[in-house]
Amino acid sequence: MELSTGVREKNLIQSRVVVAALGGLVLLSLLLARLIWLQLVETERFQTASEANRLQTLPVGPARGLIIDRNGVVLAENRPNLQLLLIPEEVTDLDELIAEVRQRIEFTDSDAERFAKNLKTRRRPRDPVVVKDDLSESDAARIAVDLFRFPGLQMEARPTRYYPYGGLTAHSLGYVGRLSLDELKRIEESRYAGTETIGKLGIEKAYEDALLGQVGVERVETSARGQIMRSVDREDPVPGADIPLHLDIGLTAKLYDVLGDKRGAIVAIDPMNGGILGLASAPTYDANSFIGGISQAEYSALQVDRDTPLFNRALRGQYPPGSTIKPMIGLVGLHYGAVSWKSEYFSRGFFQLPGNEHKYRDWKEWGHGRVNMDKAIIESCDTYFYDMAVRLGIDQMSEGMKHFGFGRRQGRDIQGDLPGILPSRDWKRAARNESWYLGETVISGIGQGFWVTTPLQLAAATTATARRGNFIEPHFSVFEDVDAGAPVPLGTAMDWERMIDAMEGVLHGETGTARGAARGLNYRIAGKTGTAQVVSIGQEEEYDADEIEERFRDHALFVGFAPADAPRIVVALIIENGGSGGSTAAPAARKVFDYWLLDRDAGASPPDFDYIATINQRVLEPKHADSN
Amino acid sequence: MLTATETGHIESFKPRRFAQRYGVDPLLTLFVLITALYGLIILYSASGQSLSMVLRQGAHVVVGIAIMALLSQVRRDVIIQVTPFVFLFAALLLVAVLLFGVGAKGAQRWLDLPGLPRFQPSELMKLALPAMVAWWLTRQKLPPSISQLVIAAVLIVVPVALIAKQPDLGTSIIIAGSGFFAIFLAGISWRLLALLGGFGLSALPVLWMVMHDYQRTRVMTLIDPQSDPLGAGWNTIQAMTALGSGGMFGKGYAAGTQAQLKFLPESHTDFIVAVLGEEMGFVGISILLILYALILGRCLVLTMRAQGNFGRLLSGSITLTFFVYVFVNVGMVCGVLPVVGVPLPLISYGGTSIVSLLIGFGLIMSMQRTKRILSGES
Repeated sequence: MELSTGVREKNLIQSRVVVAALGGLVLLSLLLARLIWLQLVETERFQTASEANRLQTLPVGPARGLIIDRNGVVLAENRPNLQLLLIPEEVTDLDELIAEVRQRIEFTDSDAERFAKNLKTRRRPRDPVVVKDDLSESDAARIAVDLFRFPGLQMEARPTRYYPYGGLTAHSLGYVGRLSLDELKRIEESRYAGTETIGKLGIEKAYEDALLGQVGVERVETSARGQIMRSVDREDPVPGADIPLHLDIGLTAKLYDVLGDKRGAIVAIDPMNGGILGLASAPTYDANSFIGGISQAEYSALQVDRDTPLFNRALRGQYPPGSTIKPMIGLVGLHYGAVSWKSEYFSRGFFQLPGNEHKYRDWKEWGHGRVNMDKAIIESCDTYFYDMAVRLGIDQMSEGMKHFGFGRRQGRDIQGDLPGILPSRDWKRAARNESWYLGETVISGIGQGFWVTTPLQLAAATTATARRGNFIEPHFSVFEDVDAGAPVPLGTAMDWERMIDAMEGVLHGETGTARGAARGLNYRIAGKTGTAQVVSIGQEEEYDADEIEERFRDHALFVGFAPADAPRIVVALIIENGGSGGSTAAPAARKVFDYWLLDRDAGASPPDFDYIATINQRVLEPKHADSN
Repeated sequence: MLTATETGHIESFKPRRFAQRYGVDPLLTLFVLITALYGLIILYSASGQSLSMVLRQGAHVVVGIAIMALLSQVRRDVIIQVTPFVFLFAALLLVAVLLFGVGAKGAQRWLDLPGLPRFQPSELMKLALPAMVAWWLTRQKLPPSISQLVIAAVLIVVPVALIAKQPDLGTSIIIAGSGFFAIFLAGISWRLLALLGGFGLSALPVLWMVMHDYQRTRVMTLIDPQSDPLGAGWNTIQAMTALGSGGMFGKGYAAGTQAQLKFLPESHTDFIVAVLGEEMGFVGISILLILYALILGRCLVLTMRAQGNFGRLLSGSITLTFFVYVFVNVGMVCGVLPVVGVPLPLISYGGTSIVSLLIGFGLIMSMQRTKRILSGES
């Protein structure tokens, strides 16, 4: 049939419309297939991706455990601290950003310097760097308004370690500081996920594991811009354990009070259990300055200080023990039969080895006359011990002294102490590759020569004496009250009692070297003075304290415990360049004993917090220029 | 073949009769209204619960429907008569855009004439070009001769090139498509079509050469979105993640994490279907696709009923262009087509797009009116 042109054209167009509609149908089903694949087949995969988009897992740092003294006084706590933080990876122009910050908040040059130092410290990637610590409320308000304009900048209240008595406790507690990269290699990184600090020194370091606690996890919903919208769920962190110490903050304050402006160290130990009651190393520093990263100026000031405040004299100061170890050497001599309580020696003011001209002088120019062990301790007769040392021999001497803890680091929770030197043939060969000379045995008998000990070692050794021949490792925390000590296998019980009687004579005897310090005592102290030479005196020279520059004067030492028959406190004390043990060290120790036994009833009565605060203030005051 | 409608009273409502008499097609209007309403619901969630945005979009719909109804009243011959002038005017405006246009994101697409709302002349061209091609081809017998096709090709290439130069690749492709549909429906021979197709394929490398860098990146990221997950691939990855994680029933209205936490880009405009897919799942998208199928189906019916070749060609190419919009937008969000700035018809936020779509429907309606005034049409 012949169709008209119009109908043919209409049919043509309409057939094309049908073709196009069919084509569209095909394409539409392709889309549908794609949607089915996306939404019904691969659902799980995309749901996972969507959750990963939305949820971020943030570590929540645990609160660090507290460190508390024997009376429950908090010595290390966590203080809220509003910090301005910066993630350098997110900042394009750092200088410009800091300039902007400076326009808004108080930002001193020392702040800038501290920040520059923080920035340089190596850290984990994307770890925030502290721009400014302890933002004031007005600073916080001013910067908060504009915070959104500065990507990478954030404000956060992060608990920060605080030491209320930072000056008094710096040398015992140590401090925490920012995790360094070296430390990051050592630690288990997941445990520190929400933590930026780590114990660097002292108890903070020793109990790092317990203090740290367990990291918590918070899942938060974030927007595409990383803004936290809300918390989805949270597994709370487990706070670190509190560490109870034997330390008494009142006694510690007293130790610093006693040391005053002088350089020196005091260690006080509870002889009942070996717990450290107090530890002082003067001068000291404020542990709080190290927490947020110390400024370079502040740090170098501490470092160049001639009095080395950062140096822990109590644990790392290695001093010749001098006469303080005579009671112990005496016990060793008795044990090996080099002397007996009955044997006597005639002291003429010097000692000479056979066939040798060299005179080993006594501190008393004309000698002590006839001397037995008791008198040799009470008057601190050097020549008696020269003679005994030669009879005893260096091998037996060092063998016996080993039991008092000399020549090795003290263990337990004590960090960073030094071993000192217990002289012996073996030590000398190993350390210097030299053979031993008899003359060295002579001076070893009075704690000179190669002998060096730390104040902590002296306190520990004296504790062994106070415990009548039982050595217990000194320690800070009650967690370490784990044993009853080890017997010192020297002499008999009678020997120890008689030696302690002699040590009482040092203070209470008519000729005792520390008798001046015992005036008016209503309890008995057993002790021993010591004077350690800083420079050796020539053979025919006189030692004249007034003529010698202060820094070359002798160190004054004292070790002792009280009450003598039922000791409650052991004290080892050294005052650098302080002169003689009898005139300087013993009276200082007396003040410590008085405080503990009389003012504090051996710790039964509470400390005076005003006093503690005052002393903490005083030790942190910048010292007047050194006159020398 | 006139239907007997002149009895004066209506026993039962007949959409066809109503539409042919009064212009406005009730079914198409109904489908459009439902879809637009559905769009407003989606938009409320996609805009982050912005009521003001929904109200503004509602106003766009109302204005668009009014214009549609108005246009459906215009007589077909009037439209045929003004077509060349409108086309010329639109082309001039496109030149003006290149000369004084304003723009955003490195593209000059808008014309800001004093006293007029800001608008995109390319929107006008979307309708003017198929009309012009239809106008040109229906001057002669169908199917068109080669010489006619060459002229038609020039009619297409000039505005397309002007738009591509803005640059607006998505729109220029769609406009080229709308012109091509008119040619296709006019009955271009399959052999010639195949020849052109082969030629087009071999021209692809040339197209690649003249593309902007960002356009090339879009094509590259389509092939492998993971090649730049935070940059060019971000949009596609996030959109696919949104759709996929919606699953069968979705995460719940206004509860899509991808959309509400702003992982989705352009969530209230070009990527709005991802919001729908995430929050209402496969079911929600299927409802939308069914609505589109209804609109398209109705448009096809109206195209079949269109009067005159011009009407058929224009109706058909507007319908097909509408389909291309849906396909390109959803395909882009699904990650099967490159990311080009094509809105989802009737759903994406934006007045120009909605109004121009509804103008297109108005034209379709006007084309199917039986002319009682005009005579001589067969």
